[in-house]
Amino acid sequence: MLKLEPRPAPSRVMSIASPLLALAITVLIGVALFLLLGKDPLRGLQVFFVEPLKSAQALSELAVKAVPLLLIALGLAVCFRSNVWNIGAEGQFVLGAIAAGGVAMLAEPGTGRWIVVPILLAGVLGGMAWAAIVALLRDRFNANEILVSLMLVYVADQVLGYLVYGPWKDPDGYNFPQTITFLASTKIPRLFDGLRVNIGLPIALLAVAGFWAFLFRTYAGFQLQVGGLAPAAARYAGFSSRRALWTALLLSGGMAGLAGGLEAAGPLGQLTPHVPAGYGFAAIIVAFVGRLHPVGIVFSAILMSMFYIGGELAQSRLGLPKSLTGVFQGLLLFTLLACDTLIHYRIRWKPAHVPAEAPPAVTDQPAAAEGQA
Amino acid sequence: MDAIALLIAATLSSGTVLALAALGLLINERAGIVNLGAEGMMLIAAIAGFATAVHTGNDWLAFAAGAGAGALLAATFGVLVIWLNTNQYATGLALSLFGSGFSAFVGINYVQAKLSERPHFQLPWLADIPLLGPALFRQHPMVYAAIALTAGLAWFLYRSRAGLVLRAVGESPESAHALGYPVRRIRLAAVLAGGALCGLSGAYISVVYTPLWVEGMIAGKGWIALALTTFATWRPARVLLGAYLFGGVTMLQFYLQGEGMQVSAQLLTMLPYLSTIVVLVLISRNAGWIRVNMPASLGKPFFPGS
Repeated sequence: MLKLEPRPAPSRVMSIASPLLALAITVLIGVALFLLLGKDPLRGLQVFFVEPLKSAQALSELAVKAVPLLLIALGLAVCFRSNVWNIGAEGQFVLGAIAAGGVAMLAEPGTGRWIVVPILLAGVLGGMAWAAIVALLRDRFNANEILVSLMLVYVADQVLGYLVYGPWKDPDGYNFPQTITFLASTKIPRLFDGLRVNIGLPIALLAVAGFWAFLFRTYAGFQLQVGGLAPAAARYAGFSSRRALWTALLLSGGMAGLAGGLEAAGPLGQLTPHVPAGYGFAAIIVAFVGRLHPVGIVFSAILMSMFYIGGELAQSRLGLPKSLTGVFQGLLLFTLLACDTLIHYRIRWKPAHVPAEAPPAVTDQPAAAEGQA
Repeated sequence: MDAIALLIAATLSSGTVLALAALGLLINERAGIVNLGAEGMMLIAAIAGFATAVHTGNDWLAFAAGAGAGALLAATFGVLVIWLNTNQYATGLALSLFGSGFSAFVGINYVQAKLSERPHFQLPWLADIPLLGPALFRQHPMVYAAIALTAGLAWFLYRSRAGLVLRAVGESPESAHALGYPVRRIRLAAVLAGGALCGLSGAYISVVYTPLWVEGMIAGKGWIALALTTFATWRPARVLLGAYLFGGVTMLQFYLQGEGMQVSAQLLTMLPYLSTIVVLVLISRNAGWIRVNMPASLGKPFFPGS
């Protein structure tokens, strides 16, 4: 029989190997799924793992989707490390997009390129404000941040709907629920001619360095992590759990808002009810698969972006629904969590103690029967 | 008058959706397990139930399919959190994310499908009472089943030995373990029951409540059900009352629109979510009261012998 046995110390090797193992299992399930649907699994793998890397154009598209995931996941990593369960990044992303869009619509024909700075700042502030509601209700009224942040996602979607169906609707838009197309001067500057990837990419990479330094090289980052791992120890050391809560939520809200601002004034160029694309939820998976580590998150954001693009290609090339992406994303997180067990436990073969002829198993615990996996 | 009766009837139906799921989550949480996957289980159960109803035309088979799908997903969740000690929040979240993706994937062929006209239920004689009849006695049997379930669950938790053991597992798994109770198996049973009820609720939504399938049609009801257990301080009767209250808020938006109120549709759609936040704030304000009522081991892993 298989038995789980606690390791004396968490395994560093497994902590790196676990995401790879999870990816391998997800790919295997994917292959099985393709076979089941009567599609060539090789073609499926190619669509998900080769096509998104094939050309400069493809790499640019990969970055366009990886950047918001990366930005949001960096903030979430801080949250999850400090044991603050903000799962409403999607709503903070939407509010960032709304705030950024609001500023972008103030631009007039003569406005200079400097407008991009206030647009992005507005995005950050919008996301922060939405997350601040969660922090305030948690801090002041002890309301569960998981539920409040999630409920606010639905509220944010409705706020967006109210604006694009109502006061912000483009008067010349044939009554479509959308704002005017933002002026060219508000457009987030692109890095290369003809490719959609924009300055969001260098911003995200700078953010990776910034978050790494914050988490591992500052006292505040250290306090946050102690608070997450051992609240009692943090209290004893005099670290403020309230400050940790506010820092984590404002940081992650700001990052989600920044991603929303970059998206609204970048690839989208206007606000529509389709601003929320699920990045806020996918970023939760990105954060966990990236081990809540800024550098790991870079890789997992790229991987998750490949899932997105692969899903789109699977729709156009293989005639499979785009929602395949969501299936694989969910599976990846599931298998990752299962594989993560191997960080703290190891699997041991133990002779079963069912049949009488088997040698009597050494039962070192009263509930050995319970420990069977 | 008729409008009021219809509003009450719709409230009960809408409350039943939340009550079924929240009672299931209550069983989970009484055993010490938080399952944030409610939304995902309900989505997959909704499509499982809807597809079954489309193909067989039998609602009861559809409910069984929904409950089965919910229990199956809950089993996966249960094995992960109970035996592999994964983080309950993260695993539940994974289930919700997987559920929204998988249900959309499977449901793509059912988006246009329609269910045939369902029979209308009414209790003999009682249904003809003016006002009360249309308000209370022309409901789908599931509405009464939810009430019976609430009573049964209250009896089980507070009057039966098995219920006592279940609560003991949720309060102090170490003590229950020391007394020789199979803590993990009891927790798994609770998780399965919770999943089956969430699944039943999901199937009720797609087969009876809004008989159709749309991607993401649960629209946060799983999360509201999770909030309901806190709101009800983990007591069955209060869960039912809370569910009707939230059902009423949901229905109020249609009522107000019908009355010609000049309120934007988006604001009305926000109402259930906003009221969930408001209620959570009101209830949670008293941290001590929550602590006293909450199952003490809620969300904490239990690994025997460690």
